[in-house]
Parts: sequence; C-alpha cells; structure tokens
Amino acid sequence: MNGARVEFRGLRRRFGATVALDNLNLTVEPGELIALLGPSGCGKTTALRCLAGFEHPDEGQVLVDDKDVTRVPANRRDAGMVFQSYSLFPNLNVRDNISFGMRVRKVPAARRHERAQELLELIGLPHIGGRYPHQLSGGQQQRVALARAIALEPRVLLLDEPLSALDAKVRVTLREEIRRLQLSLGITTIFVTHDQEEALSMADRVAVLRDGHLEQVADPATLYDRPATPFVAEFVGTMNHLPGTVVGDRVEVLGQSLPIDGPAPSAERVEVLVRPETVLVTPESDGGALVMVSSFRGSTARLRVQLADGTEALADVPGHDALRLAPGTKVRVSLVERPVLVAPGTETGDVRTAVPEPDVV
Amino acid sequence: MTGNRTRSKGWLAAVPLLAFIALIFGVPLLVLLGGTFTRDGSVSAANLTESLQGAYLTALLGSVKISTVVAVVGAVLGTFLAQAVVTSRFRALREAVLTASGVLANFGGVPLAFAWIATLGNSGVVTQALGLSDHGWNLYNFWGLTLVYLYFSIPLMVLTVVPALDGLKPQWREAAQNNGANTWQFWRWVGIPVLGPTLLGGFVLLFGGSFAAYATAKAMVGGSVPLVTLQIDAALSGNVLIGHENVALALSLDMIVIAGVVMAIYLPLQKRSARWLR
Repeated sequence: MNGARVEFRGLRRRFGATVALDNLNLTVEPGELIALLGPSGCGKTTALRCLAGFEHPDEGQVLVDDKDVTRVPANRRDAGMVFQSYSLFPNLNVRDNISFGMRVRKVPAARRHERAQELLELIGLPHIGGRYPHQLSGGQQQRVALARAIALEPRVLLLDEPLSALDAKVRVTLREEIRRLQLSLGITTIFVTHDQEEALSMADRVAVLRDGHLEQVADPATLYDRPATPFVAEFVGTMNHLPGTVVGDRVEVLGQSLPIDGPAPSAERVEVLVRPETVLVTPESDGGALVMVSSFRGSTARLRVQLADGTEALADVPGHDALRLAPGTKVRVSLVERPVLVAPGTETGDVRTAVPEPDVV
Repeated sequence: MTGNRTRSKGWLAAVPLLAFIALIFGVPLLVLLGGTFTRDGSVSAANLTESLQGAYLTALLGSVKISTVVAVVGAVLGTFLAQAVVTSRFRALREAVLTASGVLANFGGVPLAFAWIATLGNSGVVTQALGLSDHGWNLYNFWGLTLVYLYFSIPLMVLTVVPALDGLKPQWREAAQNNGANTWQFWRWVGIPVLGPTLLGGFVLLFGGSFAAYATAKAMVGGSVPLVTLQIDAALSGNVLIGHENVALALSLDMIVIAGVVMAIYLPLQKRSARWLR
C-alpha cells in the first residue's frame, strides 16, 4: 500500500450565507499525515468531505494523483474514512463490519474473513471478530472503524475527528496507534481535529484553517515557534502579549533587549509574543512581580504572574518549583534570550490562550 | 440484606400496576377461559371446536386475510411516506404530515364509516360526482373495507416508523458509500436489517388494529364481509343455537391466540432493534 498525492485547488463551498471554504489551496504529499486544525466552522470537515465525495465544492477541484475526482461519486473513490461518531453498522458483527467493502466487491467469504482477521490483529483486537458494536468500548469501536477504513487498502485515509468522543487516556493511546499504522502502511492521511495537541503530536504537517481559508501550513515545530499570523499564534498553544518598545532591530521588554524574529515593524510600541515556557520566574522579594495563581500539572506548573506595571503573564515552570513559587510569592520575571515575534502593539499587556486556563491554585 | 429490602420496596411500588392489570386483563381472561371450556354446565372443548368450523372459521380467516392485506400494504406505503417525510428539506411538511398522521391514526369507528359512506358510498358525494357506480365501484366489499382500514393504518405506520428512520445515522450510509456500496446495497445490508424489526412492529400494530376493528365494519358492510369481530357480535346478540352462546368467548380466545403468536414473533426482534438504535 502506498499513498496518493492529494491536492485541493481553489475550493469554495457555501451553505446559504455561510462560507465554509473560501479558496482553499493545499497539497498533501504521498505518505504524509497532515492535520487540518481550526475552530468549529473553519471548514476543515467540509474540506475532508469534499475529498471523500460527501460534499461537492461550488468551485475548485479535488485532485488525487493529479486526477480530478471532484465529481466522482463517493462510492467510487479510493479513500477510507473514519468518522467522528461511531459509525459501525450495528447489525453486523466486527468481522462483517471490517469486511463490508469486500462484500460489496463480491470477495469470497473465506478471503473476506481472513483479511478481517489480519486487520483485527493489526489493530490489536484479534479476539473480537464475533462481537457486535454495542458490545465494544468507544476506543475499540474506533479501532474497528479504522480497520474497516483500511481494509480495501485505499491510498488515502480520512480521519474526521475520530478521537473526539473518547476519554483522554484512550485518545492518547489511539492516536499513537493511528500514527504507527499510518507510518507502517505509508498511506496518505488527512486528519481533521480541533485539538491542537493531537495535531501537533501526530502530524507531519499541520494546516491551520480559519473561516474557510488556509492561515498557515507547516511542520508542528515551525507552526509553534514561527506562527505566520496572530490567529495561528493564538490558536496554537498559549501566547503572552507583553508591551515592548522597538529599538533598531531589537525590542525592549521586561527590561531586556531581545532580537526580533523577522523584520522589525515600523511602529515603536509593539506587542511582544512569548510562550509561557520562555518566561523565567525566580523568587525574589524585590523582583517587582507577584505569583497570583499556580496550576500544578505534574511535570510542570503554570503560573499566572502579575508584573510591576499591573499586566499579567503566564509562565510554565518545572513542577518541582511549584512549592517555592506558590501564590503570593514575590518574584522576578525575565525571558529566555532568543528572538521573539512582535505584532503592532496595544498599550497594555495581555495573555491570550486558545482555551481558557483553568485556575487551580 | 439491603439489596433484598430495596428489591422488596421495588415490588411494593409495582403492586398498584399489577393489581390494575389483574383486574382489567386477568379477570376478563379468566371469565373468557371459563366460558370457552364450559357447555351446558360441564367442562368441554365443544365451543372451541365449533369456533374453528364453518362460518366461524370463514370469519376468522376473513379477519386474518383483511388484516394481513392492510398490514402489508399499510406498512409498505407508510414506510415510503415516512422516508419521504424524513428526507424532506421542508420542515413544515414534516410537521404537517406528522400532525395529520396523529389525527388520522385515531380516526375510527362509526364516524370513519360515515365519512366514507358519505364520500364514496353508493350515494356518496364523490361517487355521484364522478359517476363511479357506472364503473362498478362498490365500497361495501372486502376491498372497500380494506381501503377504509388503510385510511387510519398508513398514518399509524408513519408514526411508528419515523422515529426509527430518524435513528438511522447518516454516518452509516456514508460509511457504506465510503466502502463502495451503492444505495441499494446500503439498504439491503444495513438499512433494512436495522429497520426490519421496527417495520415488523409496525406490521404487527396494523395487523392488530384491523384484526380487532369492529364498529367501522359493522356500520359499513354488516355481514357481507365475514369477520370474526362481527361473528362475536352476532353470537353475543344471541344469534346462535341455544346453549352455544359461549362460542363468542371461544372466538375471542382464538383472536387472543393469533395476536399472541404474532407478538411472540415480534417481541424478540423488537428487543434486538432497540439495542441497535440505542
């Protein structure tokens, strides 16, 4: 099995007044796992469904290995799909679910069942062939759905938020299994998710969508360290927005002078974008800052610190420092010496996060 | 210990319901059984034997025949109508059809017979206006009665099957398509098997509705169409040989047995479907 090259070319799709896809252009290389990441309504599922054949774009083309499949019916496309909610056929047992596509293609029963057993072993559930979907856990159901999706050895695998209905622990295990399978089969995979951690941990590249268009597509490290737009910076990970002043090709922030990542802006007052893990916090009675909240997370603790000018910043510190940096501790805040992103600024500092921070003291 | 006590309390709560069932169903059933197996003051199966012979057997078979025809035609047409409603993009149409079905499914008895007689009877408005009598139209036979029964049976089927059609997840169809299946293959291997028990349930409901119907038939066709309910009516009215009055009870027992057989087939299947659609 090897992967196909997939290309979305100028896709547009409207639902009434809502624009789901707005000139989406994206190429997925053979064997690549690409994650489509974005908030609800950004168009990521619509793009996937256009590739599966369940949606038809108003404009643009979907190409698989340079062949236009835009108008090819869904049942004639060479793409396996795993759906968000459990989609196993309830009246068929696991073996028959997995071999459904082969039954459609009139493969003899013995061969079908042999292949189903191979796939059950591949997904680590060799003994459940005779069970029905309602007898399986959510994680098992999605594993079986994955086996069904790859049973016909498609050249493209589509995953539409397959882990979103599962609990956290199963999710982590299953995403590792999906990645392992995808790498071993070399199948081109497009994975839709709104969970940035899932996208960053699994994908070769992540495509961030917003309002139907592509904001940035890059490998996870680049996306995290070098977000192309303020939206990506805020959507992927947590970002502090601290007030700074541009001096030449450097920016002064928190009393430090740091190099600017990218061209220096013309404005003097800017927002300096820094990740919580690049914020250093040390106990110091005259440091000018105060720990407001501490959220212990095991290996790390996230601190919300009030700076001397009243603005707040988030900082990630080692978990074992959580006790000596308890709320109420006076501290000094500094930044790791590395180039920082700047954006045309506001007068006050701010912390913006992709998801609300739980304040656990 | 605590578990036993909780269980006892649970049973206690069910006592009023059980007492109600015993009173409403149990007592009549005992009376019915007692009467069926009694002739001239002694225990006998003569009533039961007689209820399965001659005109009584013809009436019993007539009821089974009309009920089967109504159930099959009503289930098929009702399912197609329900599917059209479920897949319609017009929300108002769905609401209108479901509301109308709710009303029509409960339209029965003498008022229903009168409505049809006034419309399509020998002197009915439509019969006269279109001159249907000249073309051999007759409402007062087996097929006329079938038509009238379908009038409330199709809406009943719509009401029964719409929730099941709503329960068919779009992902199942899409997953089938994704595996290469066309529409027919989806229905053959997934849709109909999943819906099957519900369709059968609808069939049972329609069968039961027609099988037990009395007033409409009595008002419309009298004795011209042999039906077991009309035979029971005749027997209860004393239209039998002296000493054979309990044949009516035996006919009722025959009906219960037939309904019981149908339910015995339906219930296990319904249980399986409920698990699938959970």
